[in-house]
Amino acid sequence: MFAADVAPADRRPWRRALRKLWRRRGAMLGLAFVVFFVLLAILAPWLSPQDPLATSWSAVRKAPSAAHWFGTDEIGRDVLSRVIWGARASLLAGLVSVGISLAIGLPLGLFAGYVGRWPDALISRMTDAMLACPFLILAIALAAFLGPSLTNAMVAIGVAATPVFIRLTRAQVLSVKVEDYVEAARAVGNSHLRIALRHVLPNILPPVIVQGTLAIAAAVIAEASLSFLGLGQQPPLPSWGSMLNTAKNYVENAPWMAVWPGLSIFLLVLSFNLLGDGLRDALDPRQA
Amino acid sequence: MLRFLLQRIATIVPTLLFVSMLIFGLQQLLPGDPARVLAGEDQDPSVVAYLRAKLHLDEPLPVRYLYWLNGVLHGDLGESLRIQKSVLELIAEKLPVTLQLAVMAMMVALTIGVAMGILSAVKKDTVWDYAANVVALWGLSTPNFWLGIMLILLVSVNLGWLPASGFVSPFEDLAANLKSMIMPAFVLGNAIAAVLMRHTRSAMLQVLNADYVRTARAKGLEERVVVLKHALRNALIPIVTLGALEFGTLFSGAVLTEQVFSIPGFGKLIVDAVFNRDYAVVQGVVLFTATAYVGLNLLADLAYFLINPRMRG
Repeated sequence: MFAADVAPADRRPWRRALRKLWRRRGAMLGLAFVVFFVLLAILAPWLSPQDPLATSWSAVRKAPSAAHWFGTDEIGRDVLSRVIWGARASLLAGLVSVGISLAIGLPLGLFAGYVGRWPDALISRMTDAMLACPFLILAIALAAFLGPSLTNAMVAIGVAATPVFIRLTRAQVLSVKVEDYVEAARAVGNSHLRIALRHVLPNILPPVIVQGTLAIAAAVIAEASLSFLGLGQQPPLPSWGSMLNTAKNYVENAPWMAVWPGLSIFLLVLSFNLLGDGLRDALDPRQA
Repeated sequence: MLRFLLQRIATIVPTLLFVSMLIFGLQQLLPGDPARVLAGEDQDPSVVAYLRAKLHLDEPLPVRYLYWLNGVLHGDLGESLRIQKSVLELIAEKLPVTLQLAVMAMMVALTIGVAMGILSAVKKDTVWDYAANVVALWGLSTPNFWLGIMLILLVSVNLGWLPASGFVSPFEDLAANLKSMIMPAFVLGNAIAAVLMRHTRSAMLQVLNADYVRTARAKGLEERVVVLKHALRNALIPIVTLGALEFGTLFSGAVLTEQVFSIPGFGKLIVDAVFNRDYAVVQGVVLFTATAYVGLNLLADLAYFLINPRMRG
């Protein structure tokens, strides 16, 4: 095919990827739900019908009704309001944790893959060691030693998820750094830092973005898991995981306490998984 | 074979060394004086002094690490401050319960995951394929502790078919044991079934397009024989090894599943240890899990080496 045959838009891989993403119904549905939850989290003070911390002894474990659409919990708090505010903890944990993983994993993976030799061997062995510890168990141990709080849970999840990003980035760098355009950049005398940041980094981003999206889904579940175990968001502040922790004691008498926070986690995680799957297909050059 | 084994062990040793540093390093995250923190709320001066001497806290950090590592290499993972038992003893006590749960969960995962993966690949782009993919996505996105609570609500509370929680030893009453473990095993196996389904599907799709499968069809063999005998046998090679690698997911999931169903296993041990500030137990459990994971990885590699003739070529 001649260069002139290629439509101008097709020469821009990002635009082409976005167009492909737009055509994927699953990914668009995922994106729509993610936007919905982001709006829910941002607009929580205005959308929430009641104060999520306000207790009412006259409305303990009330079934869903016109006054309380999602019912009330064991001390009379409005479940809908707590679900809306809980979106903040989940989204914050998902984004901050993955931000931490990327902030540590991307530079380390780039450095290991680009420099090679003993720094690569050292970083790779450290990565293997972290990967040997099951993700949630490592996060639990880190959260246990750091102390229970949402901030520490986010740090723990972020650190525990880092090795995946180091390994992925390193593998991508190894395949990109032998490409002709990197050789050319080296031949014209660019510094190593400039080559790594201007020529290698932009070309390894697509799989990192896909992994990042899927990692947000994993981080949301991990935060909910830590909160469920009592190591994340601390009561009385609302979090879907801690709501489920309480709800499991009342499943016989007040099942609604468990249904809504669980459904919210499921929908948010499903949305990020759908979006991640769609991005993977859209950014895969083999699927033209 | 021996060369391959030695090569793998050569990479495992430094990995385990880093694992030990990582786990020893966890203790350094404790705010303030570790001896006071580990001594609990009472901070009895005699206990603090005992811990200070036992943990060599007056020595420099690398020396403390070497003391700790020496203990670990001699099977001393520390002592539980709350239960007054060695960590190794506690792990040995709880491990069989979690192993039973893990094995049952893996059986659930393999049965559902492989069957759905085959169906999805054979019926590619049909309603069966889409349905299997939807089920897999559902499995990957459902937090297993929520699924556990919902199943308790449905199966135990509403239908009354299975006990909601608790554990009965198989040596006491095998039927009651299986009854108490079916639901937790399904919950735990659910997410892994989704992963196995995706891998089976992609492995089967690759194999179904291979020349030898086309030849088998050309010979006029029944489709069932082609799929199950010719295709699946080869597609299973990566899936078998993947099963071993899902061990980490199983143990992570077991922590939550055991919490929901009040099963006194390995997962519950670490959670109870966290809340009792029994840090030696937390460290011991992480170290044991990581070592077991590395060992299983090695076994998976060996299995792959033995099953796949091309690796031996």
